[in-house]
Amino acid sequence: MSDKLVSLEGIAKRYPAPGGATTTIFENLWLTMNRGEFTCIIGHSGCGKTTVLNILAGLDNPSEGAVIVDNREITGPSLDRAVIFQSHALLPWRTVMGNVAYAVSSKWRKWSSARTREHAQKFIDLVGLTGSEHKRPSELSGGMKQRVGIARALSIEPKMMLMDEPFSALDALTRGTLQDEVRRICLTTGQTTFMISHDVDEGIYLADKIVLMTNGPGAVVAEIVENPLPKERARIDLHRHPLYYPLRNHIIDFLVTRSRTFVGVTPDYDPRKVVVIRPRGEPVAVAPIANAS
Amino acid sequence: MLSSLTLRASLVSVALLGAILGLWHVATMGSGPAVKMDPEYAKLMGATATQGKSAMPGPADVGAKIWQHLKDPFYDRGTNDKGIGIQLAYSIARVAFGYLLAVAVAIPVGFLIGMSPLMSRALDPFIQVMKPISPLAWMPLALYTIKDSGISAIFVIFICSLWPMLINTAFGVAGVRKEWLNVARTLEVGTLRRAFTIILPAAAPTIVTGMRISIGIAWLVIVAAEMLVGGTGIGYFVWNEWNNLSITNVIIAILVIGLVGMVLDQLLARVGRLVTFPE
Repeated sequence: MSDKLVSLEGIAKRYPAPGGATTTIFENLWLTMNRGEFTCIIGHSGCGKTTVLNILAGLDNPSEGAVIVDNREITGPSLDRAVIFQSHALLPWRTVMGNVAYAVSSKWRKWSSARTREHAQKFIDLVGLTGSEHKRPSELSGGMKQRVGIARALSIEPKMMLMDEPFSALDALTRGTLQDEVRRICLTTGQTTFMISHDVDEGIYLADKIVLMTNGPGAVVAEIVENPLPKERARIDLHRHPLYYPLRNHIIDFLVTRSRTFVGVTPDYDPRKVVVIRPRGEPVAVAPIANAS
Repeated sequence: MLSSLTLRASLVSVALLGAILGLWHVATMGSGPAVKMDPEYAKLMGATATQGKSAMPGPADVGAKIWQHLKDPFYDRGTNDKGIGIQLAYSIARVAFGYLLAVAVAIPVGFLIGMSPLMSRALDPFIQVMKPISPLAWMPLALYTIKDSGISAIFVIFICSLWPMLINTAFGVAGVRKEWLNVARTLEVGTLRRAFTIILPAAAPTIVTGMRISIGIAWLVIVAAEMLVGGTGIGYFVWNEWNNLSITNVIIAILVIGLVGMVLDQLLARVGRLVTFPE
C-alpha cells in the first residue's frame, strides 16, 4: 500500500478517574487512511471521536500507541495537518483576509506580505468569500465564518484536513451548501480529509469510508463501511440511488443497537483487522448500480 | 432617539449645575452688616465679621480666581508661588514616569504569570500581601532608601499602579481561549510570535482595563504623596493654599484634579475601545 498516508497504531486514551482508577476512553485502536481519501468517523457522544481527531492533530497525546503520518511518527501539531474547528476559532480581531493571511504567513514565513495576501486571496475566492475580505468575523454569518475556517485550513496546503463536526453549528440550508463546497474542494484538490460527524447523511454524501465507533468508555472501531455510491454524486438525488438506503440503514442500525452490543457479541474482535463492509443492498436493491452521469 | 436622549441628559446636567451654583451662591452670600462697630475696627475685622459674609468663597470669587489662573498658568515667583499649570505639569510628569515604569514591569511579569502556572502559584502570595498595602505606607521606606523626595513620589506611583495592571494582565493572558491557542499550535507558531499575535490582542481589553484602573489610582495617590513630599505638584499646591487659608485656591485645585483625572481616564477608555474586538 504505497498510498497510505496516515496510520493510527494501537492508540489509547485513559484519564485518571476518582479513587485512583483510570477510565479508558478507547484502547488498541488501529486505523489507516489513504492519500486523497475522505474518511468520516461516526459514533455516539463520548466514544472518543474528538479525542482521536485531537491526537491526529497533535493537540492531544495518546496514552499509548503512535500515529504515523507520511512514514513519520508525529510528535505534535504540524502545518501538515490543518484543523477545521467546530467553533470555527477565527481570531476576532483580524479580518477575513487577516485570518487566512495569518495561516499563510505561518507556513511561509519569508514571503512578502503582497505574496501572502495573493495566496490567501486565492483560497478566499475558492470558498466563495470574494468581496468580504475586509469584514471581521463578528460581521459574518455562521456559515461564512466556517468558510473562512475552511479557507484558512486549505491555504496552508496541508497533507490532510481534520474537521471536527464542522457543520454542526449551522442551520440545515447553510450546512447543505457548505457540504457541497467541501465536496467540490476535496474532489478538485484531492485533499485527504478526516471528519467527525453526527449526521449520517453528511457522512454518506461526503465520505469514501465511514468508520463506525462503538459507545465509550472502552470504545472500539467496530467496522469500516466503504461508500458504494459513485464518486460523482449530488446531494439532491443521493437518496434515489439504489444503494443509498441499504447503506443508510446499515449505519442507522449500527448507531441504534449494534454500537451498544457490538463488543459483547463479537468475542473474536481483532482491533488490527477491522472488518471492511461494502453494503451491496442484497435484500432490497434489485436494480443494477445506476452509473449516474 | 439617541440624540434626543443625549440632548435631554445634557439639559438635566446643565440644570443641575445651575442649581448647585445657585445654592452655593446663596449659601455663601453675606447677610448684611451684623453689628454696628467702629469703622476703624471694622477694617481690621474684614468682611466676614462686618458684613456677615461667609468665609467660604462663592462661585463668583472662584470664577474670578480661575480666570486669573487661566490668564497666567505658568508663572514662577519662587518656591511657594508657582502657577497652577506648573504645579499640574509636575504632578502629571510624576504620574507619567511612575505609571510607565509600572507598565514596563507589570505587563511582562503579568505575561509570565499568566502563561506559567508555576510562576502564577509561586508569585501569588507575594502579590496577595503587597496588593493591599497603602502606597503611602511605602513612603518612609522610599525616602530612606532613595533619599530623594521627587523620586520617592514616583516610586509610590509606580508601586500603586503596578498591582491592578499585573493582576489584570495575568488574568487576561491566562484566560485566552483555548481554541485560539490551538489555532496557533496547529499553525506551528513560535512562542514569541504567539505572545504578540494571539495572546496580546486577545488579552488586550483586559490589560487596558487594568491600566485604566491603575491610572485612576495613580492620580488619587499623587495628591496625597505630594502633600507629604512637598515642594511642587498639585498636591503640594492644595496643602500650601490651605496653609495660606486660600479656600478659593483649594476649591480650584480640587476642580482641576477632578478634570485631569477625567481626561486621563478618558484617554485610557479610548485606548480600550481601540483594542476591544466584537465577537
